[in-house]
Parts: sequence; structure tokens; C-alpha cells
Amino acid sequence: MSMQSPAYAAFSLRRIAALVLRHWYVIKSSWPRVFDLMYWPMVQMLMWGFLQLYVAEHSNFFARAAGTFIAAVILWDILFRGQLGFSISFLEEMYARNMGNLMMSPLRPVEFIAGLMIMSIVRLAIGTIPVTLLAIAFFGFNLWAMGLALFLFVFNLFLTGWAVGLVVAGLLLRNGLGAENLAWGIMFLFLPLVCVYYPVSVLPEWLQPVAWVLPPTYVFEGMRALLIEKVFRGDLMLQAFALNAVLFGVAVLGFQLLLRSARREGTLLQGGD
Amino acid sequence: MLAPAAAGHAVVVDRLTKAYKAVVAVDSISFALDTGACTALLGGNGAGKTTTISTIMGLVEPTGGRVTVLGAEMPRQRHLVLHRINFESPYVNMPMRLTVRQNLNVFGMLYGCGDVAGRIRSLAEELELTDFLDRPTGKLSSGQKTRVALAKSLINNPEILLLDEPTASLDPDTADWVRGRLERYRRDRGATVLLASHNMGEVERLCDRVIMMKAGRIVDDDTPAKLVARYGRSNLEEVFLDIARGRGEAREAAQ
Repeated sequence: MSMQSPAYAAFSLRRIAALVLRHWYVIKSSWPRVFDLMYWPMVQMLMWGFLQLYVAEHSNFFARAAGTFIAAVILWDILFRGQLGFSISFLEEMYARNMGNLMMSPLRPVEFIAGLMIMSIVRLAIGTIPVTLLAIAFFGFNLWAMGLALFLFVFNLFLTGWAVGLVVAGLLLRNGLGAENLAWGIMFLFLPLVCVYYPVSVLPEWLQPVAWVLPPTYVFEGMRALLIEKVFRGDLMLQAFALNAVLFGVAVLGFQLLLRSARREGTLLQGGD
Repeated sequence: MLAPAAAGHAVVVDRLTKAYKAVVAVDSISFALDTGACTALLGGNGAGKTTTISTIMGLVEPTGGRVTVLGAEMPRQRHLVLHRINFESPYVNMPMRLTVRQNLNVFGMLYGCGDVAGRIRSLAEELELTDFLDRPTGKLSSGQKTRVALAKSLINNPEILLLDEPTASLDPDTADWVRGRLERYRRDRGATVLLASHNMGEVERLCDRVIMMKAGRIVDDDTPAKLVARYGRSNLEEVFLDIARGRGEAREAAQ
């Protein structure tokens, strides 16, 4: 038996890979999990796609704006599932009572977060890529044709989703599974405010400043500008990125404070509510 | 940077206090664990054992005092030494859907083992896991799960091994087998072991020192044989009962 202790590494891609591998093993061993990742995005896309077809038959504006509902629902799903994918991987550690093992291992918080981010991309890819292909097949709408703009939309939506996911993870560490419902429902608070299916101008004037504080609002406005006016609004993407940088920074700080508080309260080993 | 570990001491607990709001779980306790020694931390439920071990592992922040492990102050410097420590506890599980091999692979990578596949092979032989390496961990018997948890706790050849009830819920034969493996590991590795257990026979067999806790304080600290002699009892279980029921203090007062 080797008697050497492994060397200490301040930051390790291998530890991140270990965490990703742990969740990949779970996904590939469980078809219900894979089905669950695809089922709801598919239902949503089909429902909004058919609604768009119906509305477009009765309105010139919507006939011109072909694809906005489908793009909106897919981008909303990226925002929602970006956060949910992050939070579910975190929750899986709590359900499995594995958090103590991870917290006692050399895995550092920043590596833990990086692993959860990668897993949220993996989960989203499994659910969303088939949906985008179905959108082409059913409605002739090709989300991928947005090119670089799509990349920037998705990047910004992921940043928001991860920031919210981080705060939820901190609350779960601090308060146990009693905070679980936040993981599933918190993003719906954003749904009316970030103007997924309608422009910000539809909101009452007093509510519009609130919408403009939220980074996804810029993404959905940018998506409509691209599909309806055929204009790519780089300025909106920059503003979204600036707000996301602030939001993500605040979320990292919040997570650190909640982790510290969990260490003080001795809740890192708790799995219950 | 790490401070040099106190001479010959793998763990130093210095006036450690941990309070959860008004409840004082650990009340200014001090002890040091000699490198290579096996020490038992004993006490009834609520005595403060789990809080003490959790603080040593860096999972709990002390309210007062200081804990250093291999020269690192916990929890602030925990990342400098966590790859040299490991633990087994009934408060945690390994992911049940993963096979034994997958779990050990993940933890081998997390702990920075060089040849993970080779390490899994040698642990599987040593702990007799080979036949169920590719079965989901959740489908194993409790004895098999305990052996897998033991394999995880040894994956990085830890210098310090923290064990919380390592043989709880095992039949006597399997428990004896686990104790034998722990003895052998400690002897071969020269590892420092801290053991919390309610099985006094286990403590007498494995440990060369016993720290007795009650209501967050250390009430006695000696070798098992000396404790038994000092309390005028025939085994450690009777000493434990004396202390838990306050008869030790009554005897001391009478003397």
C-alpha cells in the first residue's frame, strides 16, 4: 500500500471533474431523470408554438413576429433551468446525505460552485437541444440561426440563473431542506417582471424601473428586437452583462456569508428541515 | 502557510467552546492527540462528542478557543490539510445510485489520489469489496455499506482518521472484522485515530486512551486500563455508567 498522502492543490480541475462525474453517473443511470429534463420544455414549446400559429393567423403583427413566442419560451426555459439545474445538483447532495462527505473533502467552495455550473449546462443541454430541433421540425423556427446573439442571450441568462442558484444553495446550507421550495419556485418571481412574452412598455410605469434592474429583461427585449425589427442590440447585452456581474458578485458574497453562518450554526451536516 | 504541528501532536484542541445561542455544547475543553495514537471520545448523548469531532473536521466554527490539525487552524486553514484527513460517520451516506466503483472513483479524484483505479483495486482486495464493486451502493447490505464507507475513508491513506460509530448497526462478526481492519490500517500507516463509539468493548480493543465527556466538558482522560482500575470496576462499560450517572463524582467526593 502506498503511504504517501496526495499533494495539496489550491485549485483543482480534477476535483471539479469529480463532482461533475458524480452527477453524470446519476443522470446516465436514471432514465426518468433524463425524461424529466426533456418533458416539460417540450410541452411548453409545443403549446406556445401552436398558440403563436393561431395568433399569427389573426394578426399581421404576430405574423411578422414569427417565432417570438417560441424563442421566448425557450430562452425562459434556459433562464429557469439554468438556475434549477444548479439547484437540483445541490439538492441531490442533500437528499443523498452526501454534503458532509463533500464539505470534509478537499473540494473547495469555488470548485463546488464551478461543478454545479457545469452540471446546469449539461442538464440544460439534455433538455433544450432536442426542443430546439423539434421547433425546427414543427414550426420551421430555427433558434440556432440567431448565431452570436443566441450565445450572448444564453450566456447572460446562465449568469442570472447561477446567481440565483448560488443564493438558494447558501440558504439550503444555512436552513436545511426547509428552504427547498425556494429552489423550485424562486425563478417564477422573475417571470412577470423580466417581460418574457411582452415588451417592458406593457408594464405600468412604476413597475418598469424594477424590470430594468433585472438582467434577463435586456435579453428578452434584445430577442424581440432581433426577431421583430431584425436588429441586434449590443447595448442591451452589455447592460445585461454589467447587471449580471453585480448580481453574481452579490450572490457569491451572499453564498460565502451563508456558508460561514452554516459553519457557525453547525448546520452543514443537517439534511432535514 | 501552516504553523509547525505541535511536537508529536496531530490534533491540538485548546480551550474549545461551542455555543449554539444559549446552549453550550462544548465548554472550554483542551486535549491533544499524539501522532499515531488511537483515542476514544466517549460520553452519553448530548455530551458534545459530535460537536467536538465536527469542529476538528472544520465543519463547525468554534465560539471560543482554537483547534489545530496537522498545524492548520480549523476551520480557517482547513483546505491545507483536508487531503491528509478522512472520516466515517453515520450522519453521512454515499450517493446510493452510484456503484461502489463509481463512488470510490469520485472520492479518489476529490482527494487527489494518483492512481485511483489501482487504489480502488487494492482497497477492494483489502476490504473484500471486489464482488460488489459494480453494484449500486444503495443495494448493499448494511455490513457491505460499512465496508464501502471504510474504503472511502481510507481512499487517500489519511494520516488522521476520524471515526464516528464505525461499527454501529453491524452484526458482531462484521464489527469484529471492521475493527481488525482498522487496527491493521493504524499499525501500517502510523495513523492518528479519533473514535467516538458507544461500544465499550470496541474502545478497549482499539484505543490506548479514553477521553470522557459529559455536558460539554471533559470529566476524565486516561488509558482504558487505568480508568477501569481507578473507578474500581471490571470494564469500561461500568466506568461509562458511573460517569454518565454521576457515581464517579459521588465516589470522588466520598474519598
